[in-house]
Amino acid sequence: MNSDYKKYVEDRAKRSPCILNTLKAFVVGGLICCIGKAFTDFYSYLGMEKDASQTVSTVTLIFLAGLLTGIGWFRKMGKFSGAGTLVPITGFSNAITSPAIENKTEGLIYGTCAKMFVIAGPVIVFGTLASSIYGVIYYIVEKVM
Amino acid sequence: MFIEYIKVFAVGGLICAIAQVLIDKTAMTGARILVSFVVAGVVLTGFGWYDKLVDFATSGATVPIVGFGYTLATETKAAVDETGLLGALTGGLTGTAAGITAAVVFAFIWSLIFKSKQK
Repeated sequence: MNSDYKKYVEDRAKRSPCILNTLKAFVVGGLICCIGKAFTDFYSYLGMEKDASQTVSTVTLIFLAGLLTGIGWFRKMGKFSGAGTLVPITGFSNAITSPAIENKTEGLIYGTCAKMFVIAGPVIVFGTLASSIYGVIYYIVEKVM
Repeated sequence: MFIEYIKVFAVGGLICAIAQVLIDKTAMTGARILVSFVVAGVVLTGFGWYDKLVDFATSGATVPIVGFGYTLATETKAAVDETGLLGALTGGLTGTAAGITAAVVFAFIWSLIFKSKQK
């Protein structure tokens, strides 16, 4: 009976955080996207072209996420929101800035610069790989066939 | 305009929520999530599906890392249209150059300014 109860408690503990975590990720992720949209609208308002305003908005988010990583707030936000801060471009920025700062003591080359790409490396490798494969397929389908 | 932001919030939030469910249910790490979401972005854009989501939700679809895959794919397509097969090699990184360069340059600067807070 004791073990049944233990199992019950563990089940509950496993289930409810999942729902709560998902909700937190939804709200924080949604808000970050809205901040991105607000920056895009603001830069458009200043007279930038649509594409440029979107790019500068992305750069702004990358800048801010790196700064928040530096002052240690990003880690706290990430603990709360999980995928909510990981999945937006802020998570990519954090994935580069965080190991760059954490591994400073190992030196500029093998610490900061090499460790920068511990997570971003695979993302860039798989991203460029996928887009190159797509480019070849697109070329064959559209231009050759 | 308010409706626009609701769409951004809903779609952006939903993409993050999907990632959170994957983390909780399949024990995928953050790095694996980022990698698979970028590749998913390229594939979905290749099939012409993600463009529709971007039209609908703008930043809600482009701010999540899936949007990085979307940019890689759309710019590759544009480059192939322009320069042929060479575009398969040049398009992706050209299109995402600002984001990647900004992330690297800022990270380098932050690493000079800040010290590790981890004990």
